[in-house]
Amino acid sequence: MSNLLNVSQSPHIHGKESTQKLMLNVVIALMPALFTSVFYFGLGAIIVTLTSVASCLLFEYLIQKFVLKKPISITDGSALVTGLLLAFNLPSNIPVFIIVIGSFVSIGIAKMTFGGLGNNPFNPALVGRVFMLISFPVQMTSWPVPKGLGTGYADAVTGATPLAIIKEGLKNGESLSKLMGEIPSPAQMLMGDMGGSMGEVAAIALIIGFIYLLATRVITWHIPVSVTGSIAIFTTILWLANPEKNADPMFHLLAGGVLLGAIFMATDYVTSPMVPKAMIIYGCGIGIITVVIRVWGAYPEGVSFAILIMNSFVPLMNAYIKPKRFGEEVTNG
Amino acid sequence: MLKTFPAGGVHPPENKITAGTPIKYLPVPENVIIPVTQHIGAPASPTVSKGDSVRAGQIIAAGKGFVSANVHSSVSGKVNKIDHIIDSTGFKQTAVFIDVEGDEWVESIDRSSSILKETDLSPEDIIKKCLDSGIVGLGGATFPSHIKLTPVSGKHCEVLIINGVECEPFLTSDHRLMLEKGEEIIAGIRIMMKALQVKKAMIGIENNKPDAIANLTKLASAYCEISVHPLKVKYPQGAEKQLIRALIKREVPSGRLPLDVGAVVHNVGTVFAVYEAVQKNKPLFERVVTITGKYLSNPGNYFVRTGTPLRHLIAAAGGQPENTGKIVNGGPMMGKAIVNTDVPVVKGMSGVILFDEKESVRKTIEPCIRCAKCVSVCPLGLEPYLLMTLSERNLFEKAERERITDCMECGCCSFTCPANRPLLDYIRLGKSTVMKMIRERNIK
Repeated sequence: MSNLLNVSQSPHIHGKESTQKLMLNVVIALMPALFTSVFYFGLGAIIVTLTSVASCLLFEYLIQKFVLKKPISITDGSALVTGLLLAFNLPSNIPVFIIVIGSFVSIGIAKMTFGGLGNNPFNPALVGRVFMLISFPVQMTSWPVPKGLGTGYADAVTGATPLAIIKEGLKNGESLSKLMGEIPSPAQMLMGDMGGSMGEVAAIALIIGFIYLLATRVITWHIPVSVTGSIAIFTTILWLANPEKNADPMFHLLAGGVLLGAIFMATDYVTSPMVPKAMIIYGCGIGIITVVIRVWGAYPEGVSFAILIMNSFVPLMNAYIKPKRFGEEVTNG
Repeated sequence: MLKTFPAGGVHPPENKITAGTPIKYLPVPENVIIPVTQHIGAPASPTVSKGDSVRAGQIIAAGKGFVSANVHSSVSGKVNKIDHIIDSTGFKQTAVFIDVEGDEWVESIDRSSSILKETDLSPEDIIKKCLDSGIVGLGGATFPSHIKLTPVSGKHCEVLIINGVECEPFLTSDHRLMLEKGEEIIAGIRIMMKALQVKKAMIGIENNKPDAIANLTKLASAYCEISVHPLKVKYPQGAEKQLIRALIKREVPSGRLPLDVGAVVHNVGTVFAVYEAVQKNKPLFERVVTITGKYLSNPGNYFVRTGTPLRHLIAAAGGQPENTGKIVNGGPMMGKAIVNTDVPVVKGMSGVILFDEKESVRKTIEPCIRCAKCVSVCPLGLEPYLLMTLSERNLFEKAERERITDCMECGCCSFTCPANRPLLDYIRLGKSTVMKMIRERNIK
């Protein structure tokens, strides 16, 4: 016989999953939110998204080619996802040069310095976002008012987010019931008709993406449900204790980046725990820290910080929280 | 809700191409190569020498010690030589080469087709017959069956579990046997129940074999102590511990045996072999082998004499296709790739699968993205990504604490990994190193 047989260890078949397919599914799941942000913020949303995605891909390529001198792996889709998520965390009128700097921090510092895909301890898009928030606080918090498809890019009218309205108002001693009248209704918030970061405004689009991710088994329910669940429980307690000072749980869930964070950012494979039990602890941690920052902290929004703080606990959780071993009655937690 | 085991598992494409193909008898080849080790345990030592005439069913190598098994000639003819070969697992071992002359069987074997349902033999005599006949576990593990039938003092067997799961894709030998030899299997189960002195037997069959479930349910209805249980299709349900969990909701602890939770598990193929040994005096020298592959012109199921070189079986299935890239002995999830087609069929060979060149090449390894899919599919609750890293970095003490020795090498982790990481390759390496460490520690 002329040609030799291949000899390798079992298993001899492989499933259909691939990193690229998983990343592509995340991109698909982000599409409804992208469409709604284009619908509300017009041209600005398109410019921000394209800039962010292109610069993330470019930085990954340049660093792999000239710094690490490794094979180029930008086709795996992970930089594409980072670029989209970074864009979703920005206001749609932010200057292009800031986006490029943010992308460099996301890919160059938060991802590639640790060895690239799979090795970064912190969510790259969030590191980029927080860096931008601290370095360019004015540009990062001047939110365009949603005006629809025709909205220009630079000349957009800006306004505050519902969270900022509440935070500022309460600081100035105004009553909550009066402030609640100034912000969009829950129905408007569900549909995304409010000021905010591009991708976080339309709750309904994010929930469609969540259902898609669950259906395609890209993620499990553990992290999103524990984040939103713990926020709901915590804010319900605060609301019942003092309804004049604390907003209701529905407001907290729909305003700001809770859904975007819980569904797309906290579930990032690389920076979230490996075992379901740990995922729930991680999710509850994010929920509690978010509410603490929102209610008692200096910033009106706390999801980004909460996720980054819990990211730092992931290695510890992976080391000590073990799955239930087969044949073992009592687990050592 | 169908029964199954709750934690982990995967569902690979079933590809049961030969499920509808009745079992045929493969013609006896001109010469056979019969390895003296076709079981787990001590090698049997040859009892024949060059030039001896043998008949089918005659013992040619005797088991040494308790964990060992006799080996019988599968043909009549003359011993040509006793020499070393590379067997289907890739290891060197001794084998008896026999040139075939005619097809004479030992007189005591009952070659009639009559079915003998009852036996007067005592449990001890049944076990003795299994021992003499060289019966081993035919699911693939080839553990000598007489050991699993012998009572252990202080341990009580409550239920005999019959494994008709056949969870590996492609394989259909057990499926066909359950369809075509149902009466023999039921009789075999009753013989084994007598040997074990148990009052209850449960047959587990995956739901993708409704005809086998129907056949055995009908045949078992005459005996209230035997029940048939359809199971949800999920790999690796045919693994002993997973099957026990699915059927009686008990988990066999790490390092313990099924008997510790009151169960003994035997494969349906083994049950058939026990029936033939006890009722027909026929030693184990023939078994059902599935020969399959997407590119074979004539895949099928065959009764094959042990020692038959694989190329005869492949020829019967239409010959080896041009594009063959890999030949696997066993299922695609746990089988072993063989080096050439001269290797003989042995007792533990349930199937042979031919893969084409494209199917036989592994995909490029990418970085771990920590998606945790390996953790979620591990049926034993281990963390494959961690075990791989620990093995890669030679951190074997830590790997032992993370229970690497619990791994049964089912391959769900490597199968499911989106980054195509060779998880099981490294875990095997780590596991064998840890086992060695444990053995050395025990000697001290």
